[in-house]
Amino acid sequence: MHLLVLGANSDIAQAAAAVFARQEGAHLYLASRDLESLERRAKDLELRYQVKTEVLAFDALDYASHAGFYQRLDPKPDGVLLAFGFMGEQSRSQRDFEQARRVLEVNLMAAVSILEIVAADFEAKGRGFIIGLASPAGERGRQSNYIYGTAKGGLIVYLSGLRHRLHRSGVRVLTVLPGFVNTKMTQGLDLPGLLVAEPEEAARDIYRAFKRGKDRVYSKWFWRYIMLIIRWLPERVFKRTNL
Amino acid sequence: MNASQARSISGWGRYPRLKAQSLTPDKASHIRECLDGRGELIVHALGRSYGDSALNSRVLLTRRLNHVLDFDPQRGLVECESGVSLAELIEAFLPRGWFLGTTPGTRFVSVGGAIAADVHGKNHHQAGCFSQSVLSFKLMLPSGEVITCSPLENAEIFRATCGGMGLTGVILSARLKLSPLSSAYIDERIIKTRNLEETFAYFQASHEWPYSVAWLDCLARGEDMGRSLLMLGRPARDGGLHLPRKKGLVLPVDLPRWTFNQATVGLFNYLYYHLQRAPVRKRVSHLLDYFYPLDSIGHWNKMYGRRGFTQYQFVIPKEASYQGLRSVLDRISQAGLGSFLVVLKLLGPANDNCLSFPLEGYTLALDFQIQGRLFPLLEELDRVVLDHGGRIYLAKDVRMSRQTFRQGYPRWAEFTALRERLGAGAKLASLQSKRLGV
Repeated sequence: MHLLVLGANSDIAQAAAAVFARQEGAHLYLASRDLESLERRAKDLELRYQVKTEVLAFDALDYASHAGFYQRLDPKPDGVLLAFGFMGEQSRSQRDFEQARRVLEVNLMAAVSILEIVAADFEAKGRGFIIGLASPAGERGRQSNYIYGTAKGGLIVYLSGLRHRLHRSGVRVLTVLPGFVNTKMTQGLDLPGLLVAEPEEAARDIYRAFKRGKDRVYSKWFWRYIMLIIRWLPERVFKRTNL
Repeated sequence: MNASQARSISGWGRYPRLKAQSLTPDKASHIRECLDGRGELIVHALGRSYGDSALNSRVLLTRRLNHVLDFDPQRGLVECESGVSLAELIEAFLPRGWFLGTTPGTRFVSVGGAIAADVHGKNHHQAGCFSQSVLSFKLMLPSGEVITCSPLENAEIFRATCGGMGLTGVILSARLKLSPLSSAYIDERIIKTRNLEETFAYFQASHEWPYSVAWLDCLARGEDMGRSLLMLGRPARDGGLHLPRKKGLVLPVDLPRWTFNQATVGLFNYLYYHLQRAPVRKRVSHLLDYFYPLDSIGHWNKMYGRRGFTQYQFVIPKEASYQGLRSVLDRISQAGLGSFLVVLKLLGPANDNCLSFPLEGYTLALDFQIQGRLFPLLEELDRVVLDHGGRIYLAKDVRMSRQTFRQGYPRWAEFTALRERLGAGAKLASLQSKRLGV
């Protein structure tokens, strides 16, 4: 198996890449902007799991480069893990449209750009899988995080549409909704300790959902119930909360 | 460099607990910035030392220093960053026929921590401490300078850092020599002994077994005192090199305080001892089960309740061991503070590191729930241990006094002087190092 990891410097991506290398012996295309630290990780994964890795420069926001990037992959991947993302700071996104735009572009536009290219290839071949990291933040706009939530919400809808379209071609699309995970992205946030998972736990959940052929998975499992409540709170109650 | 955050940390004993500012560097330059920052800090990797040796109000977490850097499959040499755990090394290299030369009773310790505590295992009498399989390591000194240390290069700093509890610098990466293995199984022989004398005799007679350790019934008194199950092991010839695929249990919550009392501890010890009927039993175990029986219960440290626990581990030189151990066991049983887990081992000769714990003699480790009347008892035990020429293990300690430390580790002054020279005093410190005055 060849797995293309987009945004391979993300902690969840690296943990998931390790699980696919260990369990599936997957060879890895690790794509990101920061290649220096990625080289070290690639070597680490090769030594640990005896898989082949290739480190590739990939800029999510350079849409024009995406087609060429994918074209150069040889062999083409059997699966794609889309893990790049950018959270930004909510209060800054409110004041600074450039940051808000960046949040929307990285999380949504860039995903559409590269995944349409991947989807066309997989659809033509009639096989392949796409795993997209979205977020529970995308399930309901909350005052504390709604710009990021908007982007991830768009991604959730996009992935569900993609799944619908590719179903008849035998291509699978898995939407992952990780709750609080102890990663670079959440470092510095004051998160409720009990709800925070480690990247390795998220990676295990992703792999298990992949093996079971699920369409959607929360990580950790209890987010499903937390989000059930948050989604179903009536608006007139919800808007008074501090969420 | 990631922003720091306040988080609650503790050692494996979950006593004491404190809020610490935690830093998570991912490369050497970031660690340098941390050291340049104001105030002292200590490395806190996987938090498996029991007491306060990896605690301070500023801690440096190593979860991003977790890269395997190189592996030579011909000679079994591995180079990795200090935050890589022994469990990760086993997972990667056991299937290829390589295992750790020395391993402590848990595989969830970091390579850096194993060096800093110069941990020992069931084969200490033959293979020595962890440092024995360390070819070299890279150490960032408090000044920010990175040096390579080995038994030949910067040897003095090597000998102070192995066992030096993270107080000489930050270990960045290490080169380790793994041992070849043809099976992931251990041929075990379990010998039931009737008293301490017999336990000692069997230990002495089992020197050629590469692995040995005994579980001891600490509440047995009188003639039965020191009765044990001595577990000997040697690598099996076959069985394959696979890792077991099974899920462990996790203890999700603190057990209530009353779980531990004279009656439950006594009953457990009684049953554990008597469940084996035959004087000698043979079995074959996977090495993960043999070396790490407790690793299969996640968070077993919650067993001792919210107040936490401490493990009291000491060693007494061989010639005085019998008297010393009897005296310790007497006092424990008089105090009625039993321990579920009492582990006895005959250690081999001491090495040349400044603060490494082992010396030739018997070491005993006991778990105690934290409670008011425990500390006076431990003070009393300290005196017995010192009177018999022994000392307390720093990786477990949370309360020994400065005098106890200095008497047990006569090379403390040499260590402190080296720290002075390296400028480590103001940069690297733990609650333990401050308590012990190093």
